[in-house]
Amino acid sequence: MSILINKDTKVITQGITGKTGQFHTEKCIEYANGKNCFVAGVNPKKAGEKILDVPIYGSVKEAAAETGATVSVIYVPPAGAAAAIWEAVEADLDLAICITEGIPVRDMLEVRNKMKKKVAAGGKETLLLGPNCPGLITPDEIKIGIMPGHIHRKGRIGVVSRSGTLTYEAVAQLTEIGLGQSSAVGIGGDPINGLKHIDVMKMFNDDPDTDAVIMIGEIGGPDEAEAAMWCKANMKKPIVGFIAGVTAPAGKRMGHAGALISGGADTADAKLAIMEECGFTVTRNPSEMGKLLKALL
Amino acid sequence: MKIHEYQGKEILRKFGVNVPRGVFCPTAEEAVAAAESLGGKVWVVKAQIHAGGRGKGGGVKVAKSLDEVKQYANQIMGMQLVTHQTGPEGQKVRRLLIEEGADIKKEYYVAALTDRATQKVAMMASSEGGMDIEEVAHSTPEKIIKVFVDPAAGLTDAQALELAKGIGVPEASTAQAVDTFKKLYQCYMETDASLAEINPLILEGNGNIKALDAKFNFDANALFRHPEIVAMRDLDEEDADEIEASKFDLAYISLDGNIGCLVNGAGLAMATMDTIKLFGAEPANFLDVGGGATTEKVTEAFKIMLKNPKVKGILVNIFGGIMKCDTIATGVVTAAKEVNLSVPLVVRMKGTNEDLGKQILKDSGLPIISADSMAEAATKIVAAVK
Repeated sequence: MSILINKDTKVITQGITGKTGQFHTEKCIEYANGKNCFVAGVNPKKAGEKILDVPIYGSVKEAAAETGATVSVIYVPPAGAAAAIWEAVEADLDLAICITEGIPVRDMLEVRNKMKKKVAAGGKETLLLGPNCPGLITPDEIKIGIMPGHIHRKGRIGVVSRSGTLTYEAVAQLTEIGLGQSSAVGIGGDPINGLKHIDVMKMFNDDPDTDAVIMIGEIGGPDEAEAAMWCKANMKKPIVGFIAGVTAPAGKRMGHAGALISGGADTADAKLAIMEECGFTVTRNPSEMGKLLKALL
Repeated sequence: MKIHEYQGKEILRKFGVNVPRGVFCPTAEEAVAAAESLGGKVWVVKAQIHAGGRGKGGGVKVAKSLDEVKQYANQIMGMQLVTHQTGPEGQKVRRLLIEEGADIKKEYYVAALTDRATQKVAMMASSEGGMDIEEVAHSTPEKIIKVFVDPAAGLTDAQALELAKGIGVPEASTAQAVDTFKKLYQCYMETDASLAEINPLILEGNGNIKALDAKFNFDANALFRHPEIVAMRDLDEEDADEIEASKFDLAYISLDGNIGCLVNGAGLAMATMDTIKLFGAEPANFLDVGGGATTEKVTEAFKIMLKNPKVKGILVNIFGGIMKCDTIATGVVTAAKEVNLSVPLVVRMKGTNEDLGKQILKDSGLPIISADSMAEAATKIVAAVK
C-alpha cells in the first residue's frame, strides 16, 4: 500500500498541452503503470484531440465523468493556476496536485478559503498538494509530478518535504542503503498551500506499509512545529527530521512582521529543538538522513 | 519587493488613507523650497531608505525653521544611515521626504499581512505605536490585537471596530480609525502586498487619524499584474549582485562567509550552506540555479560568486533530476575556463547521468575535486581553503 495514490489511480493532467506539462506527462506515462494511469488532459480549445495518446477534454468535470479519474495534476502557468485548482475542486476530485511555481499569494488565499467554505457547507473535500511542489510518487506503481523516477525504489519508508531537490536527496540516500520508499511527498515551498507536514504524517501513521518516516522542513512558518506536536502525542513510527536553513539570514526573505506573527518559532534552530523534544531523531547533517533512519529500524 | 515611505504614502493616499502633506526631494537643495511650498512652522526631514529604524539612526529630524530644514537636509542626504536593519555598514541616503509637522497626541501601530497558519489576512494593531513592534510582541504581547480576515468577506465593520477599541482609540475618532483600517486592508489586497504597515498611525490633537509612516512589501509572484508597483522599484536600495543574478533568473543572496555555493533547488541550497557551517566554515552566498540550468546560467553564476572578494573556494552541489549531470558538468567546465578559476572547486553531483558528468569533470584537465556526498564535499572544500 501507500498514501494518496497507487497503481490504480486515474489522473487528469491540467496544462498537458503546455511545454512543461507535455514533457513531464511523457515521463510520468513512461514510469511504472503510468500508461494506464494518465487517462485525460484538459484544454477547452483542444477538446477532442489527443496528446501523447491521451485524450483531451474541454473541462475537468467532463474528463472526470468520461474517464472516472479522481486525481488531477496541474502545470497551468501562474496567472491561471489558482483557477485551475478551483476547477478540480468544483469537479469533486479526491486530490489536486499543483506543480506550478510562482502563483500570487492572494490567488492562493482566495482559492484556499473557497475550498474550506465548500467543505464547511457540506461539499466534497478535494485535497490539495502544493503548489510549487514536485508532486508525489509511490515507487514502482505511479509517479505524478516532476521528480526523477529512477532514484526511487519500492519499500516501507515515507518521505515528506517542502523542498523538491532535498526530497530527492533523502530518497537517493535511502535507495543507496537498500531502503525503499512507500510514498515520497513534496508538499511545496509556498506560504499558502494545501496538505501540510501534519496531514502527510497522519497518513503515513495510518499506512500499514510505512514503517518509518523522514520529515524535512525549512525556515519560515509554523507547520513543522505543529506536525511535531501532533507526532509526539500520536505517531507510532520512528521519524528522522531535518530542517534546512540554519545559516539562512533572518529577514532576508520574510518581512519582520511576517516572522512576528508566528512568534519566533520560524528559525531552523527553533524547529529542530521542538522536533527533538517531540521525539524525532533530528540531524543537522543532511547527508546522514538515510543512515540515521536505518539505525532506527 | 520593497518601496520607499514616500511611495507607500502615495499608495495610501490613493486608497483614501489620511497622510501628511509632503514633498519628495531627490536632492538636498530642493528641501527648503519644498518646506516653503508646504507652509507652516514645523517640518520633518526624513531619509528615504528601504530599511526601518531610521529615526533612531538619525535619519529623521524635526525642523523648526527653514534654516534647520536646510541644515538637516544637508546632514541627512548622503549619510551612511545605520539602523538595526541595514547592517553595520549602513545604507547611503539618496532621497529625502520633507513633510509638514504633525500634532501627535497618541501613536498606534497597524499592519496587514498574510498569516500562513490560518490562511487568512491578519490585521494587527497595537496601542504601542512608534516602537519596534517585535519588541512589543516580545515584552507585552497582550498589547497586540489581531483579527483574521476571510478574503471573500473582507475586513468587516465589526473586526475593524474590535481593532479600534482594542487599542484604545477614543470614541470620537473610532469611525475614522475603522475607515482607515478598512482602507488599509483594501489597499493590501488590491496591490498584492505581503506587508502593509503603518507605524506610527497617529491620533492628532484635533481627533484626526493619520498615517505618519508607511512600509510596504509586495508579493514578487504578483508583480506581473502591477506595472505601477514595479515602476517604484529603486535599484539603488538593492544588492547589485542580487540584481545581476535576477537578470539570469538565478536566486542569489550574498552572505558573510568565504565559500561560494552553487546548488539547484532552494531547500538543497540551504542544506548545502548548513553543511558547510557544520564542517567549520561559513557560506559566502545562497545561489539556486533552478531547474533549467544552462551552460550560460552556470557561467554567470560563477562570475557573480567570484565578484565577491571574500570567496576562497567554491562548492557546486547538483542533484540531477530532470536536469542531467553531464549538462551541468559541461557548464561547470566551460565556466571555470571562462573565468580562469583560481580558487579551489569541489563538485558533488548526484542523480541522472552522474557517471557521465564525473567523467567530463575528470577529462577537463582542471583541478576539480570530486565528492560523493554533501558532507564529503563540505569537508573537502573547508580543507582546501584553510
